[in-house]
Amino acid sequence: MSEQVESLIRKEYSAGFHTNIESETLPPGLNEDVIRFISAKKNEPQWMLDWRLKAFKIWQGMEEPQWAHVKYPKIDFQSISYFSAPKSLADRPKSLDEVDPDLIETYNKLGIPLHEQEMLAGVAVDAVFDSVSVVTTFRGKLEEAGVIFCPISEAVHKYPELIKKYMGSVVPQRDNYYAALNSAVFSDGSFVYIPKGVRCPMELSTYFRINEMNTGQFERTLIIAEEGSHVSYLEGCTAPQRDENQLHAAVVELVAMDNAEIKYSTVQNWYPGDEQGKGGIYNFVTKRGICHTRAKISWTQVETGSAVTWKYPSCILKGDYSIGEFYSVALTNNYQQADTGTKMIHLGKHTKSTIISKGISAGKSQNAYRGLVRMGPTAEGARNYTQCDSLLIGDRCGAHTFPYIESAHPSAVVEHEATTSKVSDDQLFLCQQRGLDAEKAVSMIVNGFCREVFKQLPMEFAVEAGKLLEVSLEGSVG
Amino acid sequence: MFVSDTMLKINDLCAKVEDKEILRQLNLEVKPGEIHAIMGPNGAGKSTLGNVLSGRPGYEATAGHIEFKGQNLLEMDPEIRAREGLFLAFQYPVEIPGVSNMELLKASVDARRAHAGLEEYSAIDFMKMAREACKAVNLDQSFLKRGVNEGFSGGEKKRNEIMQMMLLEPSLCILDETDSGLDIDALQVVANGVNAMRSADRSFIVVTHYQRLLDYIVPDYVHVLANGRIVKSGDKSLALELEAKGYSWLENEAV
Repeated sequence: MSEQVESLIRKEYSAGFHTNIESETLPPGLNEDVIRFISAKKNEPQWMLDWRLKAFKIWQGMEEPQWAHVKYPKIDFQSISYFSAPKSLADRPKSLDEVDPDLIETYNKLGIPLHEQEMLAGVAVDAVFDSVSVVTTFRGKLEEAGVIFCPISEAVHKYPELIKKYMGSVVPQRDNYYAALNSAVFSDGSFVYIPKGVRCPMELSTYFRINEMNTGQFERTLIIAEEGSHVSYLEGCTAPQRDENQLHAAVVELVAMDNAEIKYSTVQNWYPGDEQGKGGIYNFVTKRGICHTRAKISWTQVETGSAVTWKYPSCILKGDYSIGEFYSVALTNNYQQADTGTKMIHLGKHTKSTIISKGISAGKSQNAYRGLVRMGPTAEGARNYTQCDSLLIGDRCGAHTFPYIESAHPSAVVEHEATTSKVSDDQLFLCQQRGLDAEKAVSMIVNGFCREVFKQLPMEFAVEAGKLLEVSLEGSVG
Repeated sequence: MFVSDTMLKINDLCAKVEDKEILRQLNLEVKPGEIHAIMGPNGAGKSTLGNVLSGRPGYEATAGHIEFKGQNLLEMDPEIRAREGLFLAFQYPVEIPGVSNMELLKASVDARRAHAGLEEYSAIDFMKMAREACKAVNLDQSFLKRGVNEGFSGGEKKRNEIMQMMLLEPSLCILDETDSGLDIDALQVVANGVNAMRSADRSFIVVTHYQRLLDYIVPDYVHVLANGRIVKSGDKSLALELEAKGYSWLENEAV
């Protein structure tokens, strides 16, 4: 590709800054005492501590997975600090006025004016700053509808029966190496409960931030949608610039009971590392949902950040006539590596799944789609449609597709389509000849490529996602 | 406002493509309101001229000077040339899947207006204008929503180029073999579009192989481009002469 594309791919990470808030940080290292410390800090009941310790034992007996199409130096889990919280934790602010002004400043830099969001967008924001939820808004309004939306650490105290019943029910402690680690040391995250028949009155949104040097962040999210209920949840993140690689291993569990619907949208913009590939977040995420009869789970993700991404939001289609969807845009630039996709496990009869994956590779990045479609022996009349499109920008990046298809029922239908294309100099020039600069042209072409996925995002976030692609591609086109 | 009495002045232009010299000391002057037809045999450099003028990467001017509305054209980036009012109707318009025609058009017109210090059209006003332009080139309005050139037939692509030209209101329009591959009806539509846009402050350079187009778009001047330079200029009767005699009698003059 031309030099022009090259210069466009290069651009500074605009969310790169570091807020100076005093933190209470645990020295690096991981052992049972650390887990006891975390649990004690959160004043957890004994059963929660026991659950963590059990996970830790399991994790100790596991090996780091090596099968993904990503390369990175071996992680020393003893050099990571497993707890960090803003100091003012003890007296939690009751409103935005009580929030550390430095923190508000950070949000403003990121363009997340909480005040405006409350009033204009009608979005409830559960903002996670490092490991502890600092601001939760709109809780009252949600409570009226009977919806619970709170930090998971709070749910452990207030709704122990729900936590005991559902935590680990979709992603068991022993599911995989990172899920086990998360189960042992999870910091905080969101808990959502939608009662039977309730349609959640607003989009639930959480902004995640990583802000402590060298601190792993281990979010844990649990969403339960009771029979016939409906919820749309958006998770979005940006992280400040830093030099060292940071481990991030989240777990998200979704439970959609009969006729319930969960729409889970992610805009992920962790720090990807600099132009030479130095620094950046390692993102090893386990996301999975279970669908009961006629339930529907829809994952939509826009992944532009992280140095290494390892992430497969999946659906277990247990109930008959249940539906799973996965819409993904994964953009990699410079030296970023992504191995992402989904798993659709069809167990129920006449279950249906749709996978639309758009991978965009620029710079020297590597972008892989890895997806499993499994039609179980009971999946009579099940259907899957998969479409995997890759777009290359420049000629030093890579796009890879690893589809796994297993069918144990003769009546199941699986369709797979894949394409690879390039942003051509001719397309760029056409746009420039019409008066657009190359950067705008590339972002328009890439946005066009992603249209099918963007239209799945909640309206107010679709625009944000487009902008994010623009920023991520800055300095990338040729 | 633009008051110079010259739209485009090309002096001794030499240009190469991938180390191959294509244009050799080409000279051409176009005044506002004029239509110039450029004809010539295959490989003479006709398309190269349009590409050099519009600043396409890979087409390098190695010597000479080009003045566009009083400015040094070769120092301008391609998008700036476009915003200044230079428009190239492509010979082979490329497809951009997923980007709607409307989106590209609005962004283009916005960019051009912003450059001129004018306000953007409102989405509603622009939609009205775009619909009118569609009608003028006999394209269904559904084309505004479709991906740029995505799945368009050859004729539809060319008409789409003319529609873009109408909305962008350029000062200098370069039509690069817009007539190639067009049936007689589409040719008429394209010619009508161009004729409707003729004005005292707008110029056209019409690159074509065939005299046929010039029956519909009547040029003020006809130039023959051979071996990288203009070897003969005349009025529209020259086109008829070429139709009758071919190019070979002129090519010898160029060497």
